[in-house]
Formats: sequence, C-alpha cells, structure tokens
Amino acid sequence: MGPKSKSKKEEPVEPGSDVVMEDEPTSAQPESRDDMSVDQNEDEDIDDFEEEEEEEEVQRVRLLPGSTPTAASFEFLNEGHTLGNALSYIINRNPDVEFCAYAIPHPSENKMNVRIQTFEGSGTTAIQALEKGLRDLQDLCDVVTDKFIEAREKFMATKGSSSS
Amino acid sequence: MPHRPPTKEELEARKIVGINEETVTNVNSTDFPHHYAGEDHAWDLEAFRREFRVEFHQNDPYEASFSLIGCHASIANAFRRIMIADIPTLAIETVFINNNTSVIQDEVLAHRLGLIPFKGGKEGLHKFLKWWKKPADESQINNSYYDFNTVSLRLEVKCEENPDAAPGETDPTKLYKHAHVYARDIEFCPVGRQHKYFSGENAIRPVNPDILIAKLRPGQEISLSMHMHKGVGSDHAKFSPVATASYRLLPVIDIIEPILGKDAEKFQKCFPKGVIGLERVTKEEASRKGSGYEGHEGELKAVVVDPMRDTVSRECLRHPEFKGKVKLGRRRDHFIFLVESTGQWESDAIFLEAVAHLKKRAKDIEKQVMNMVR
Repeated sequence: MGPKSKSKKEEPVEPGSDVVMEDEPTSAQPESRDDMSVDQNEDEDIDDFEEEEEEEEVQRVRLLPGSTPTAASFEFLNEGHTLGNALSYIINRNPDVEFCAYAIPHPSENKMNVRIQTFEGSGTTAIQALEKGLRDLQDLCDVVTDKFIEAREKFMATKGSSSS
Repeated sequence: MPHRPPTKEELEARKIVGINEETVTNVNSTDFPHHYAGEDHAWDLEAFRREFRVEFHQNDPYEASFSLIGCHASIANAFRRIMIADIPTLAIETVFINNNTSVIQDEVLAHRLGLIPFKGGKEGLHKFLKWWKKPADESQINNSYYDFNTVSLRLEVKCEENPDAAPGETDPTKLYKHAHVYARDIEFCPVGRQHKYFSGENAIRPVNPDILIAKLRPGQEISLSMHMHKGVGSDHAKFSPVATASYRLLPVIDIIEPILGKDAEKFQKCFPKGVIGLERVTKEEASRKGSGYEGHEGELKAVVVDPMRDTVSRECLRHPEFKGKVKLGRRRDHFIFLVESTGQWESDAIFLEAVAHLKKRAKDIEKQVMNMVR
C-alpha cells in the first residue's frame, strides 16, 4: 500500500515512542491504528456472530496535538463530507463558538478533521461545543422524521380521497 | 445606531439567492450567531420545529418527490449523500462460473449480473439479513456463509435449436430455445431460515424481470451460481438503493413591473409550460393609480402560476423588453427532493432511513467523543 510505505519512511521516531506534541504532524496516526477500518478489526467467534449486536468499537475520534480547552482540532476516522459539513453547520449555530470548520486533509485518507474554537469567556470548551453539536444533530433528525411522516400521512390521505 | 429588528421582507429577502443574467448573488446563508448585530440565530430546536416543513408532491414506490422547507443546505445534502452512498442493499457480489460458452466474457457477465437490482420481503431484507464479512483467513471463507448474510442464486441456461420453428424463420428467439437470457431466468435458492422470510410474494427476484443479460446460440451454455451480500453505495454503485437522489432549490420569479399584451405571451414562452399564466387586467387594477395597469383594462398580463416547474433557464433575462421587469431567484432553504428507488426500498423509506442513519452516526460519534474525553 502506497500511504503505508510513505509514512514509514518519514517517521524517524520509533512507532509507539513518545513524541513532543508540537513535533507530531497533525494528520498522523500510530502504525497500529493505520488503515484499520471498523469492519475488519477482530476475529470473533463465528457462532455468536449473529447474537453479537455491538462489536468492539475502535476509537475513531481523537484530539489532535496542540489543542487548548477552547481551541481544539479533532480527527475523525471513516467520516467524510456527509457528517463534516452537517456537523460544522450545527456547531456554528452555537453562539459560544467563535470558529468551526472541517477539512478532509487528503482524499485518499479516510479522515476528517474538525477545528473548533470557542470564545474564551463563554465557559464552553471545544469538546463541549462538539458534544452539543452532535446532540443537536440528533434532535434535528428526530424533528425531520416526525415532520416527514406527518407530511406523508397528510399527502396519502388527500391523495386517497381525491382518487376514489 | 440602535438595533432595529429585521422586517419580514428583509428576512424573506435573505432567503433568496439572486439569479442574474451572468451571475448569482447572495449565495451563502447568513443565519448564524454574530452575523447580524443584535440578532440571535443560535440553534433552537423549538424554533426549528416551528419553521421546518415537509411537503409531498409525489409518493410512489419507485419515485418520490417532496420539499424540505426551512433547513440548511448542509443538512439536506447530508440526507442526499446518505441516500446514495450509505443505505445498504442486497446485490450480487460473487459469481461462481461453472460453464460459460457464450460470447460474453466471464468478467463482463459477472459485472452485468452484479448491476441487476433485486427485491424481496422487506422484513427479511432489512432486518433478517446482516453484513457478510470476508474472513481475515482466506481458507475460512467457506465457513463464513450463513443464511443471514448470504443469498444464493443460480442461473442455468442452455440454448438449443427449436424443432417447432417454422421453416425460413429468421427471428433467433423463435428459431432457438433460450436465445436470450433474461433476469427472470435467475433462480433463487433459499437456505435455512430464508424460507420463512423469502417465500411466495417475498421471494428474492429481479425488480425488472426483462433485463437482458446475454444472448446465446445453439450449443452455448451459461451455468453459474451467485452469492448476494449486503453492501453500501460508497463501496459500489450497484449497492445504492437509488437510481438517483437529488434536490434543487425552489425557483422564485418576481414580476416587478407589469408585462402586458404581446410581451406577456412572449414572456410565457420563455418558461416551461405551466409556470407563467395569462390573466386579463381587471377594471379594479386598471383604475388603481401607480399600479402600472392604468388604461390597460382587458389586456393580458403575465402572472406566476407555478414557479416549481421552472428550470431557471434565464431565457427571460435575454430579452430587452423584460429588462428590469422581472427578478429571478431561488429559495435557499427550500429543497425539492427527487428520490428514485431501484426497487429494494420504497422511495420514502429510503429518506427516513437516511435520517435515521445520520442520527445514528451522530450518536456513535457522541459516544466516541465521550470515550476520548475519558
């Protein structure tokens, strides 16, 4: 695999050894976590495959080095524009947030970065803003579902009565 | 300067993307906190519940059209992207070719088979069937197929001469038996509990039985078995539950000054059918000072009937006689969705599934963030 060999060459430090926060590149994962998708991480017993609802999750979110409480960058694995754009919109609707944006540093790496900065005096940390954004997004989805079902029922009712 | 709350007209104007002859204006939404001094715009679920609306235009199994009104493009786009790439469907993934003496090559045939959309019992498809995971150890692959993650199919066709064909017959379909191989020739082989979920009306079968897979001549034969698995559109387009899922913004046509008589007829022709209507100027309008209709009683005037049908071709902006009389735009928060299902899901169910999927994604990430903090 291309990216793997490249990252090896650029890494003079032993994998796993401690790196000074500032020295670590923003978008580097430890070797062990590299290229690992959620689907292929463990070998579970096939017999209780079906019974097992939630599989052991890999940590897909991490705080990038160089973050302070009110200004942080997060790295999401296996996420893209779908969640990135929706999430940065909803976080931007939070009045305590000074800045929020997402980026996909490289199209062939399955990673999405989100930068959040909150106002120093607001008492909200970047992590709190992220959590609130995620909760707001879930609430939004509930409203959309309710309204959608409501509108569909109304439409089907009028359609049924007019066609008969 | 003291703060003055925005008027209704101002709020309305903020929602319109201006469309000019060569340019578009007012593209970005501005309803964020700190954008306007003295205005809040913070996320408020109750306000969203009040303002957000859904309107249905069409709801058929294979095609649904509806409007999401009052949401941001990032949300609408997330739903569209999820519908295309993240809703799982069942499709042929592996083809085991026993014999293929047709002119169509094995790999091309396998690709064609993969693209055929299938349908079956909804409960079985959406609840009973689970993901199939390729085992890390290749030698264990035969122990990874179960009734809940694999559906097997067979296709056995042999082309032969038709002894009953009329002499001088030139039509291959009459001259030979099985000259054409269709999707309906694919045979479903239920195993285990699949009988319970996929029998009779619920059997797994092609959505369109008339898809031509291959053409054969006497002596040629196709004999193969297939495995279907669940997959998502981001892996391969064959797994996408939609032929297309798209949205467009509601067009806005604003007639600022009256367009009358011959001009009105020409104006109507600048738009698709049904967008612009012609009405007679009433006596009341003609007598109103400053309306622009004075002395035009009984003449035809152009009125906007159904802007939704407009394609925003901007044709009306090319003609000097309409200069300054019409303003085109699009409503930034009105998304007209069109969802065309390939048949495995109902079109409206795909959208609901997409909303549920986004919610689940947010929930999973929320858990992950809490994990990270801990």
